[in-house]
Amino acid sequence: MIKNTFIALLVVFSVNLHAVIETYQFSDAKGRIRYQTLVDELRCPKCQNQNLSGSNSPIAKDLRRELHRMIEAGQGDEAIKTFMVKRYGNFVLYRPPLDKNTLALWATPIILLFLALLFVVFLRKKQNKDDNSQPLNDSEKEKLAQLLKTYS
Amino acid sequence: MERVKLFIPLIVFAILAGVFFQVLNTDDYNPQDLPSALIGQTLPEFSLSQLDKEGLINEKSIIGEVMLLNVWATWCISCRVEHAFLNQLKDEGVKIIGLDYKDEDDKANQWLQKLGNPYVINLSDPQGKLGLDLGVYGAPETYLIDKSGIIRYKHVGVIDDAVWQEKLQPLYQILMSEK
Repeated sequence: MIKNTFIALLVVFSVNLHAVIETYQFSDAKGRIRYQTLVDELRCPKCQNQNLSGSNSPIAKDLRRELHRMIEAGQGDEAIKTFMVKRYGNFVLYRPPLDKNTLALWATPIILLFLALLFVVFLRKKQNKDDNSQPLNDSEKEKLAQLLKTYS
Repeated sequence: MERVKLFIPLIVFAILAGVFFQVLNTDDYNPQDLPSALIGQTLPEFSLSQLDKEGLINEKSIIGEVMLLNVWATWCISCRVEHAFLNQLKDEGVKIIGLDYKDEDDKANQWLQKLGNPYVINLSDPQGKLGLDLGVYGAPETYLIDKSGIIRYKHVGVIDDAVWQEKLQPLYQILMSEK
């Protein structure tokens, strides 16, 4: 039973492994690392929400080949990104530049953070307000002593 | 006041639901829509062989008239759907250039023999080189190109009577009247 539950949990929480079919040879290790970073950061134009490494669509395959070619040709990251954007627009970047279309995208986290801070400040204030209890005066102390005596 | 606060999540939900609902009901809403980065740009440079004729073609040899550049392939099922309408456009006098995208020449020529050939020129792009430069991400795609070789509009997907009349033809007429 426990074993089955464990397996079921494994299945439910398993992480998607994006396996890419083709493998590329790089002349140096740096190129491989850059390839891995870019392939994760560039978005497949055909797909709604997959990066180049996660997609099997023909266009993603072409772009991976192109990416490999450009890295091996010694092109810089910026040049490669410009190449992609020139053909497919900012859509291909998972970190698009800030402009009027992406303003909401970039501003939302900041606004949310600001709201959260406001909320924390508000909670603090409320706690302080609840905590403004006065020490007992003499008659109240007497009453407390009496009550304690009666019920103990 | 405390009571009202309890309803804040519900209110937030209602607002979000309202916004999403409105976006979904917008006629033009299409999450697959990928605005072409090449609108307003000149046709990229290329030099490709032709499907059914000898000789290389480059961008300079086709620029000069208003034309459609239709990206197609025999593996593309929607292209078959579209083909009959392209034949019809050709009969109406529209100049259509074909770009046989990532395909085999033999199969493509068989297809044209069987289904008719709406293309004035048919470029063969087995590696998808020009396709890549044009930002093609699926077939069929159709580019509307003006007399000076500038890409003015891109339609992704099948062109049929409705698409032609609503989207392409109005612009096509304007481009035809430009000098």
